[in-house]
Amino acid sequence: MDRLLDLFSIVAIVSGAFFFLAGSVGLLRFPDAYTRLHALTKADNLGLALVVIGLLPQVDGVLAGLKLVVVWLLVLLSGAAVSQLIARAARRREKQT
Amino acid sequence: MTGGIVSLAIVLLLLALALWAVLVRDAFLAIAGFVAYGLLLSLVWVRLYGIDVALTEAAIGGGLTGAMLIGAVARLRGTEASSRSERSGVGLHILALLLSLGLAATLALCVMVLPDPAPTLAPQVSQNMAVTGVGNPITGVLLAFRALDTLLEAIVLVIGLIGVWSLAPDRFWGGRPGLRHEADPDGILAYFARLLPPLGIIFALYIFWAGADHPGGKFQSATILAAMWMLVLMAGLADTPRIGHRGLRVGIVIGPLAFIAIGVLGLFSAGALLAYPEEWAKPMIVVVEVALLPTLTLILGLLLAGPPLRFDRGSAA
Repeated sequence: MDRLLDLFSIVAIVSGAFFFLAGSVGLLRFPDAYTRLHALTKADNLGLALVVIGLLPQVDGVLAGLKLVVVWLLVLLSGAAVSQLIARAARRREKQT
Repeated sequence: MTGGIVSLAIVLLLLALALWAVLVRDAFLAIAGFVAYGLLLSLVWVRLYGIDVALTEAAIGGGLTGAMLIGAVARLRGTEASSRSERSGVGLHILALLLSLGLAATLALCVMVLPDPAPTLAPQVSQNMAVTGVGNPITGVLLAFRALDTLLEAIVLVIGLIGVWSLAPDRFWGGRPGLRHEADPDGILAYFARLLPPLGIIFALYIFWAGADHPGGKFQSATILAAMWMLVLMAGLADTPRIGHRGLRVGIVIGPLAFIAIGVLGLFSAGALLAYPEEWAKPMIVVVEVALLPTLTLILGLLLAGPPLRFDRGSAA
């Protein structure tokens, strides 16, 4: 059972890391601010979610697991809000030029 | 082995970011590098088991200092073009290079000749921790064994704030710091500034209270509270207070004053300045921390807000 949980953790964290890698590549390669934000938020949402899910079987106690989930939710919230703000600022700049 | 590779990668990244922050021409990009540098440095502290230092580095070194520097860059935007056209001579460049290399070499030499094992007071601290009544040795050092340093640190912050305020034009003395922020009241920023502060306040109080026995404490907590305040200000949900406001001034000096009062009390009750009578150490430390929390929050927030620029609630006059 433990072996199985470890395997689950490894698979989840590695796929989370893949989303971070893809997000970073997108950030560097995509042509404009909006698509770059799109790449970045995917890394935040899915990448971090997968890493957190992968870590959940490894923590001891429900409280530590809850903390991890709260961390994910907070990053989700700030990522969503900040990407909106950045996109709005980019749009305003576009309109000016 | 993997730990070594991770450490090496972090060090290389740190060096690259430091070089970037120094070499890049655009001031805003340099600060972006500096903030990333601060966050990475806090990772280094985590790896060295200095969680308290890591928290402070992330909050103050990366977050607060970064925000202050961005404010400074925004003010300097107008002068950037003229400063760029000024080219300093080759001699000056070489002199600066030699001076920095000399400083780096001296520092490296000092670190290399440190005796091994390094002289440490850690055993004495851990032996005497029980006297203080707190469980986190960092808190014990900051508020009991080296309380004088912490007191002077708090006073330095007050003086720093007075320094910022002294940049105010005479006619706005006593007025409100910074510009009034306008934001769409139904926009995402206002929504965020309504949603996050309650969570932030709970988190800050938790870090504050946990500081007695775990990493955390008043400084990290005050930084989070100041950040929540900034968020509310930037969303235009509240305005900065007039710096002439009596309650504000009381809040700014209450921490150091309470600290000094308890220190003087120690002169009579425990025989030394800033000494705590036994049995009373923990409650007194708590009183000092509680008094320092509003002081630090106000000062950190007001340092970011800058000198007073207006009186009215509207935009700058």
